[in-house]
Amino acid sequence: MARRQISISIDKLRGRAEAPAGKRMPVDERACPRCNSHFRAEEMQRNLRVCAACGYHFPVAARERMDQLADDAQWTELWPDLRAGDPLRFVDLQPYPDRVAKAERSGATEALVVGDMAIGGHACISAVMDFSFLGGSMGSVVGEKFARACERAAERRVPFITVTASGGARMQEGVIALMQMAKTIVGLDELHDAAVPFIVVLAHPTTGGVWASFASVGDVTYAEPGALIAFSGPRVIEQTTREKLPPEFGLAETQLARGQVDAVVDRRQLAGRIGRLLGILERPAEAPGTLVAQLAQNGTERAQRVAQALPALSRKIVDGVIRGGHAR
Amino acid sequence: MRTRHAPKFVRRLADRIAGSEPGSGDVWDAIQLARHPDRPYPLDYISRLMPDFEELHGDRAHSDDSAIVAGVGRYNGAPIVVIGHQKGRDAQDRAYRNFGMASPEGYRKAMRVMELANKIGAPVVTLIDTPGAFPGSGAEERGQGGAIARSMQMMLRLNVPSVAVVIGEGSSGGALALGVADRVVMLENSTYSVISPEGGAAILWRDGGKARLAAAAFKPTAANCYRWGIADAVVPEPDGGAHRDPDEAARLLDGYLSRTIRELSALTPVERRRQRRERFRRLGAHREAAGAGAAMMSPTSGAPS
Repeated sequence: MARRQISISIDKLRGRAEAPAGKRMPVDERACPRCNSHFRAEEMQRNLRVCAACGYHFPVAARERMDQLADDAQWTELWPDLRAGDPLRFVDLQPYPDRVAKAERSGATEALVVGDMAIGGHACISAVMDFSFLGGSMGSVVGEKFARACERAAERRVPFITVTASGGARMQEGVIALMQMAKTIVGLDELHDAAVPFIVVLAHPTTGGVWASFASVGDVTYAEPGALIAFSGPRVIEQTTREKLPPEFGLAETQLARGQVDAVVDRRQLAGRIGRLLGILERPAEAPGTLVAQLAQNGTERAQRVAQALPALSRKIVDGVIRGGHAR
Repeated sequence: MRTRHAPKFVRRLADRIAGSEPGSGDVWDAIQLARHPDRPYPLDYISRLMPDFEELHGDRAHSDDSAIVAGVGRYNGAPIVVIGHQKGRDAQDRAYRNFGMASPEGYRKAMRVMELANKIGAPVVTLIDTPGAFPGSGAEERGQGGAIARSMQMMLRLNVPSVAVVIGEGSSGGALALGVADRVVMLENSTYSVISPEGGAAILWRDGGKARLAAAAFKPTAANCYRWGIADAVVPEPDGGAHRDPDEAARLLDGYLSRTIRELSALTPVERRRQRRERFRRLGAHREAAGAGAAMMSPTSGAPS
């Protein structure tokens, strides 16, 4: 996939200096909030929504992120038809179903998109969050898709990669949204049993219940530059404790210094970096004996669980088959 | 299936309160009761249920978090591990307990004591009562998110039986960090929610003063949580609430705990872990858009909330 750097014309640089505050930008341009450079829509997309002038990372919609990560932008979406229920019949400033319908008009269908893809030639399952869909909040659909993605990756024994961007649990689903935190942890336990690596990329922002569940337990954790990563956001902390927080509070670079992430990775290097990591983590093909032994060991508990779940009758049949196939 | 394990009187009570839809005023009353300053806290239950109790301190990494109490005690002739959020009774005590808002050290202490439970085969009982995990820059720097996530992970993987009891207010990930157990039960006047009403109001109404509205929207009462499958049982409280008669409240909890721990102990560790995973795996309210029925996929199905 060609990734050309783009240059900004003098006209544009001059244009931004003269642009009056609050002037509405033409739809095909985006202004960098940090250095105010302007870009055309296709330039933005080509440059992975990173400012070519200052490196500011713009938000990326989930499906575009999938294109960015997947080899040749080829990937297959899994479970695109899952939709949120409204268990609490929740109404705040507007009813929850209306909020969902409005969010769907932006093109996203939920705050998490799951896909089957290869990165750097390595097959994997990816789950990418979409901050533009109700603040990337984690409700039942996000939890269910995430758990299914874990199970699929465990079943196929391919690595699982997730890119987070979320304000946390989805308020409108109340305590049921809270439970999705536990559900993602259940999913990750399946990965653990299958000895499958779990790689997390923290994009801006990753806060609340998402940071306090699957996002903080990656085997390897990358963060995008400038991403806010926190359980409680700066506003909540300042309101509750009256602390005055420094501007670098919770940013990816701070979290790196505090030992919460493994590396801060520029989005333009991200796919390459993940591909390389997947290559490093891949089990050697020349030692199938070890692999089989290991899988057998990991699988024993699973097999026992399956056996216990079977009704007594089928268990009898299975026992018969295991004992030498003569029981018929 | 969730009711099968509950003692009869608990089931009767749950069915009775599940039958009536509480109005918003009732929800607010429940929240006030759940936060009543005289309500028993974990140490009040511990002193009544297990006179032989050794409280343990410190996370062996940074410090001791007094918002969480943890230790090992003797219960029905066997060791038991109890972990809970401890709020303070008076102003000084409340500050010392940080209002029951735990820091990463608290969750790490909890995990450390859960490890002990695993080692000696002692059941784990958690007593949940927190407005949420502590929001502070220090807590963030020391890994608040990761501590909560790992505590859930640890509970999910425990070999020993576990029971989580919401005894007061259970809010946000700070509560759920101690809530991933074989059985989750709520006292009659306790609440369990994604966030405190004040926090929810600040986010959704952009006005912390709209807490009553938020409470009515979250409907976080024990009866509703039972109906949604979040709670496996509702344990009754003395008339007027647990604060009216802490001895009786402890006795009622004792009845449920003894029986449930005995039931859970009959299962193999593998089976308990399987059921525990399954319990949390199925919680949710989603539907397949392509499927015509738009059926709910969880115990929430048919829940007339």
